[in-house]
Amino acid sequence: MLLVLEKRAEQSNTVALASPLIAICLTIVTMSILFAILDKNPISALGVYFIDPLTDGYSLQEIAVKAAPLVMIGIGLSLCYLANVWNIGAEGQLLAGAVAGSWLAVKTQGTDAGAWVLPTMLLMGAVAGALYALIPALCKVRFGASEILTSLMLVYVADLFLDYLVRGPWRDPAGFNFPTTAKFDPVATVPALIEGGRLHLGVVIALIVVAGAAVLLGRTIKGFEIRVVGAASRAARFGGFKSNRVILLTFAISGALAGLAGIIEVAGPVGHLQPGISPGYGFTAIIVAFLGRLNPMGILIAGLFLALTFIGGEQAQIAMKIPLDVTKVLQGLLLFYVLACDSLILYRFRLISPSPKAHHGVV
Amino acid sequence: MSYLTQNLDVVLPRRPSDAWSQMSNPMSIDPQRQTPLLQTIGLTKRYGTFLATDSIDIDIWPREIHALLGENGAGKSTLVKKIYGLIQPSEGEMRWQGKPMTLAGPSEARALGIGMVSQHFSLFDNLTVAENVALGLDGKEPFKDMSARLEEVANVYGLPLDPKREVWRLSVGERQRIEIVRALMQDPKFLILDEPTAVLTPQEADQLFIVLERLKAEGRAILYISHKLEEVKRLCDTATILRGGKRISICVPRNETAASLARMMVGADVKEVKAAAGRRTTVPRLVVNDLNMELDDPHGVRLEHISLELKGGEILGIAGVAGNGQNELFSALSGERLAKDPGMIVIDGHEAGHLSITSRRKLGAAFVPEERLGHGTVPRMKLSENALLTGHAASGMVQHGFVNMAAMLATVDRATEIFDVRKAKRDPEAASLSGGNLQKFIVGREILRNPTVLVVSQPTWGVDAGAAAVIRQALLDLAASGAAVLVTSQDLDELTEITDRIAVMFHGHLSEPLATSDASREKLGLLMGGSTLPQMEANDAVGA
Repeated sequence: MLLVLEKRAEQSNTVALASPLIAICLTIVTMSILFAILDKNPISALGVYFIDPLTDGYSLQEIAVKAAPLVMIGIGLSLCYLANVWNIGAEGQLLAGAVAGSWLAVKTQGTDAGAWVLPTMLLMGAVAGALYALIPALCKVRFGASEILTSLMLVYVADLFLDYLVRGPWRDPAGFNFPTTAKFDPVATVPALIEGGRLHLGVVIALIVVAGAAVLLGRTIKGFEIRVVGAASRAARFGGFKSNRVILLTFAISGALAGLAGIIEVAGPVGHLQPGISPGYGFTAIIVAFLGRLNPMGILIAGLFLALTFIGGEQAQIAMKIPLDVTKVLQGLLLFYVLACDSLILYRFRLISPSPKAHHGVV
Repeated sequence: MSYLTQNLDVVLPRRPSDAWSQMSNPMSIDPQRQTPLLQTIGLTKRYGTFLATDSIDIDIWPREIHALLGENGAGKSTLVKKIYGLIQPSEGEMRWQGKPMTLAGPSEARALGIGMVSQHFSLFDNLTVAENVALGLDGKEPFKDMSARLEEVANVYGLPLDPKREVWRLSVGERQRIEIVRALMQDPKFLILDEPTAVLTPQEADQLFIVLERLKAEGRAILYISHKLEEVKRLCDTATILRGGKRISICVPRNETAASLARMMVGADVKEVKAAAGRRTTVPRLVVNDLNMELDDPHGVRLEHISLELKGGEILGIAGVAGNGQNELFSALSGERLAKDPGMIVIDGHEAGHLSITSRRKLGAAFVPEERLGHGTVPRMKLSENALLTGHAASGMVQHGFVNMAAMLATVDRATEIFDVRKAKRDPEAASLSGGNLQKFIVGREILRNPTVLVVSQPTWGVDAGAAAVIRQALLDLAASGAAVLVTSQDLDELTEITDRIAVMFHGHLSEPLATSDASREKLGLLMGGSTLPQMEANDAVGA
């Protein structure tokens, strides 16, 4: 018997929905094996990862807080990927946004600046993220440089620049030499939605972004343009769409969303600028985008799921002494399986028998 | 038979010329014609529940040109791929000289003596003729000897080729020669030719027929795939006709008429297209003034001094061998590439050389490119979205940046109804339609926008006869309603059938148009080969 992949006449919608679920199941199976090898009970480890965080209010809020940047960035990345350009550097755009917004917070520190500070910070974060993303986009459009490499390399530039700022010019004089800025003033801080709760404005913004993307992609000619450029560049030119313009646009949007997520993270849960403000949101959002099938609603669900793995991973570290790196392995496996399962949308498996009978059949 | 087998299996020794003369001798003594050279018995290929070929029996005899006729999707290429070892049959048997044959791949087919010249050449543009041939051979022979043998084989068959020339410098006809010579160098007993004349001028086709007759006289068998029925009648001894994966009949094409062959292929009488009586030409709607366009890729064609004037109510045909600048002209007319000067292209009285394709559509122009999938449509998008692809410019499909799904679906429904687009559901993906149905949708999509100028490239390429008739009729009707229609095609019969005038493209130049009634195959053939016609030179002299 021979197992072959056979092209389907039309994409299968059932499999398109099932593929992320199959991928999650395969990931869980693989993780169980990995836990067993690590000498941990797979059942209780999976329980700590995927069930426990769902059982108390604090964790549930924390999942939403962690999901917000993942979803925002994932939405932006999905636009790039739909247009068939590969922004891998959302982490760098996030840091660029965080740095740019923090500049205003640092400069207005201790002054009696009014309520305009936070909105301006958010705006600056988004603009900086967009500009930072436009560097690889322009290099691609102008010189044909691979956006995959340039966007990825710019992550490290942003990372080290932030590092320099908090160790040098922006370091909190009263901070015992820790590499961090002073705690932002209340006017430079993202307010919590409910007093004392963890949920903050970023969660609301993420939901608005999801709705906006759904409208953009499903209802507008701009969204159609993005999808056509990604699906068939020659047909796009025939349709009168300029692919370079779409590349610049999608990079700018995804950079802006990553930058916005960055400054919200700094001005919200973290409260000051320091190295390590993001546990790799920009990279994890790539998984979110694909797990969500590049669909806004899907990305919302996928963002919540990956946030769950972050929270679950932290709890597993505390409760079962499972290293945090295992969470990264889990996320990597998930991406791997999602991409593998995606081939089933356009192809199906078939068993064929190459037995010699076939050649002597009907006479 | 074993005697024949032994002699045919002689691999060419050091002195090729001896081999060539030896080869024809034993063949001429032959055949009792008791065992066919190749036989397929109940050959079936199943894709899921779909039968691409359904128990097909064919006998191919030495010294025979056997035509394989059928519409697109009849199963011709599936059958040929099995014989050449490219795919495995699901059921049935193949016999080679009476013995069961299974082929794991094309190299095994070649080792037995089966050669194939496909419709789409597999040549590397940047390599020389000899290098390309070497890549296709199973190659133990030193390159120098191979080159010499290549030249010799080419000359023996009157297919002159310079082994040292790079492929990109060659015409399409010469490229096909490489493929034929490459197949002949393996001394095949059986040669498969897939639509070989599709890319040739009538004169080049005549030369090819001489070569094929000679191969036949040498005792080789040829399987000739074509849908040009006159050619088949002239050349082939036997014809197997396929329809819907089944063998419909075996006949002697000389005893049939083109109409009777067509009826067997299609399964019904093919409707003739009718031009409306008394079509009047009106104002010039598409004018091209001395259009020049530089190369945008190194293997393209430079457009030089192209001028034409096309009035409303008129259909102008552009003939020519593929690759003489037709694609470049399409890009220039559609606005996918912009002209240097706005006045070089005038659409309905407006200078348009500098305008984008969207702006040109707004002026009333519509375009149908040659490639249906990936150029004319996005393969994996629904028909409604593909209606939006060209409809967004000038129709009710977009309001304030938002798309109107109802208007898109309405276009799909109307195109379906008027142009008889057959599909499995209301709004399927473009890629799931058959070539003919997708082409009807594309042409319909453009015609429903009521264009005043329609530029269409290869309107019925690879389309079944029924759909082709619908499309040609639609073009005639559009012209009758006052639009100007420019049709680029390699099918001279098609151009003769529907156009008023025909111009010929050669090396990026466009000839003066001839009145279709005055454009004989000979005249067109000469122009397609780059000659100029005497009386046209005279016209030029008067003009100057």
